[in-house]
Amino acid sequence: MKQDRILLAHGGGGSLTHELIERLFAPAFGMKELEDSAVVEFAGQRLAFTTDSYVVKPYFFPGGDIGKLAVCGTVNDLAMQGAQPLWLSLGMILEEGLPIADLERIVASIKAAAADVGVKIVTGDTKVVERGKCEGLYINTAGIGRVIADVSSTRVRPGDAVIVNGNLGEHGVAVLSRREGIAFQTSVISDCAPLWSLVQSALISGAEIHAMRDPTRGGLAVTVCDIAAASGVGIRLQESALPIGAEVRGACDLLGLDPLTIANEGKVVMVCRGADAGRVLDAMRGHPLGRDARVIGEVTEKPKGMAMLRTAIGGERIIDVPTGEDLPRIC
Amino acid sequence: MCLAVPAKIVELNGTTATISVEGALREVDVSLIEEPRLGDYVLVHAGFAITKWEESEYQEWKEIHEAVTQ
Amino acid sequence: MNEVIARIQNVAKRVKRNVTFMEVCGTHTMAVSRSGLRDLFPANVRLISGPGCPVCVTDTNYIDAAIELARRPGVIVATFGDLVRVPGSDSSLERERAAGAQVRVVYSPADALALARENPDKQVVFLGVGFETTVPTVAWTIKKAAQDGVMNFSVLCAHKTMPFAMDALLKDQEVKIDGFICPGHVSVITGAQIYRFVPERYGIPCVVCGFEAWDVMKCVEMLLTQIAENRATVEIQYSRSVDERGNLTAQQLIAEVFEESDAGWRGIGVIPRSGLSIRSEFARWDATKSLGVKFGNAKPHSGCHCGDVLRGVMTPSECGLFGKVCTPTNPIGPCMVSSEGACAAFYKYERKAAA
Repeated sequence: MKQDRILLAHGGGGSLTHELIERLFAPAFGMKELEDSAVVEFAGQRLAFTTDSYVVKPYFFPGGDIGKLAVCGTVNDLAMQGAQPLWLSLGMILEEGLPIADLERIVASIKAAAADVGVKIVTGDTKVVERGKCEGLYINTAGIGRVIADVSSTRVRPGDAVIVNGNLGEHGVAVLSRREGIAFQTSVISDCAPLWSLVQSALISGAEIHAMRDPTRGGLAVTVCDIAAASGVGIRLQESALPIGAEVRGACDLLGLDPLTIANEGKVVMVCRGADAGRVLDAMRGHPLGRDARVIGEVTEKPKGMAMLRTAIGGERIIDVPTGEDLPRIC
Repeated sequence: MCLAVPAKIVELNGTTATISVEGALREVDVSLIEEPRLGDYVLVHAGFAITKWEESEYQEWKEIHEAVTQ
Repeated sequence: MNEVIARIQNVAKRVKRNVTFMEVCGTHTMAVSRSGLRDLFPANVRLISGPGCPVCVTDTNYIDAAIELARRPGVIVATFGDLVRVPGSDSSLERERAAGAQVRVVYSPADALALARENPDKQVVFLGVGFETTVPTVAWTIKKAAQDGVMNFSVLCAHKTMPFAMDALLKDQEVKIDGFICPGHVSVITGAQIYRFVPERYGIPCVVCGFEAWDVMKCVEMLLTQIAENRATVEIQYSRSVDERGNLTAQQLIAEVFEESDAGWRGIGVIPRSGLSIRSEFARWDATKSLGVKFGNAKPHSGCHCGDVLRGVMTPSECGLFGKVCTPTNPIGPCMVSSEGACAAFYKYERKAAA
């Protein structure tokens, strides 16, 4: 069935999103390697440039809000490209009727998050749309950073170690629990956090780091699939090594969701030379956001371009890219 | 065809109960099971408890289920 | 776990010949694929998927009827998430929602009833799919709607039951089954007694199985042991949840609200007495009566072999459309779109790329 309209799943970060980018956007603009940030050269300097829009609903959620997310998300995309975040732009689309008290809270949040990272918000824009035309507010941020390391999803090699800095699935579960119509409660809070200083500590440790991605929409599953495809290698993760908290697992069991596909906003998947894994772990574990860092898998030669999971019972299965929408199911 | 999850009754309100799946809470209907009690373990499908488990059975399941985590 | 695997290897050697076990239930198919179990079975043991996936066996004309309802102004279609992406003759609920139809995903039929209470000016139609595990929850909801006089709520019923479908499979000459891995949660409601006819009439062993990988391994061991010892009976592996008699309250509720009817299974055809329809006492809450819903003819897509896959006579990779035209993002038949359809499970977890 050919798609003639945009579906919710097109925004899920999964295969439909990929399709939309590959068939419509990338060819239109001649974009080739699509990483977390673009790296451009200007006056002898390598700069990273990225943009993200934030439409999270509700805009206040356990562990953060849309403002904090708007800073961290973009700052993290720069960090994933090995770039120190320098400047952000801030575009706001506000709904008629949005309480100014809410807006003030969000602005305070943005200010705090930016100060935390040391990034400057230098320009912005404001628009207002009629009541009902957006949900409270939408935010777009664009960021520029200074590249200090050469990392790319295309540089991953067999023998590399795959590392993550802590528990998976927290942001997605926290936001889902506040979504109307899903009706479940949990004490899981979003892991929304800026990752530059954590990433920096790993980059300056002397370890050879090949690629970094943050597993946001679509979760760890999309991230490892993308890296495997970009480098033409296989990735094998160990199910028993994946850090998933009991509460996240419980929420996923309750709703029939796969923790590997749930969004994270304070996690980095780092792929480094196998022999350097210890060095990376030491560097990360010395940082508050990396205390639970661990190796979760390795890069293999085959199957080329695919990610696999060695299950707890010793079987093996493919980690697939989800189509894009997480829905409560009976089956 | 049937995703059902084991959970513990942490609150009881006549024909509905709040159940906890390792901390994830939801309100479900308990009309289909006999004499639900606070602290009982139940299997939940589509918002309804469909049978009770003994605590020993829950622990047994938990061990198998969590063989995937360290 | 390793002991179970070792024991299975031993028993399989005693059995010697090749055996084929059918996992009737789609959730078992998913559990097997998700844990990579297939690699761990001995070479002479083969698992095939059966028709126990309620979404997979829902005919195109049911989806078409649901879409027709969703297009009516003033109607909200409430559904389990599983149905949203299933293709009908030329659209799906997901596409209709994108085009402006009121389609809401609910976790429970009780949520659909609540939706009706909250929207007194709208008609809420709940899509009733699922086997015996789900049927009592829908029965309860219909009864509550009747008791409380909620008149803007109805159910479009496509519920089906297992035993007559299993019997139809066993009568089918093309299908070769040496043992059944019986549905675990259907059995919570019905009790293991419903499978007695299988060993009694056909001499084929049955084991009621849980959903953890470990449960499936134990179940396979129990089936192989029965075969090695020349026995055929119904055994319960999933004793945590299942006994002989099942949940009597739930059974009574089902009998009160529903009655047996013939049902069309996508790709298989009509299986007599394998469906449920809403009793006339509850006609006001039956969407076919209260909203004048008509079912057109079921129209299978040409080249689609979902029926053969559901009967276990074809594996997903043997279907000409699999992986080429028919993929999870562009599913032709329900076996691919359902999250636990044999084809979706195979594509998602087991297809080997040209590596």
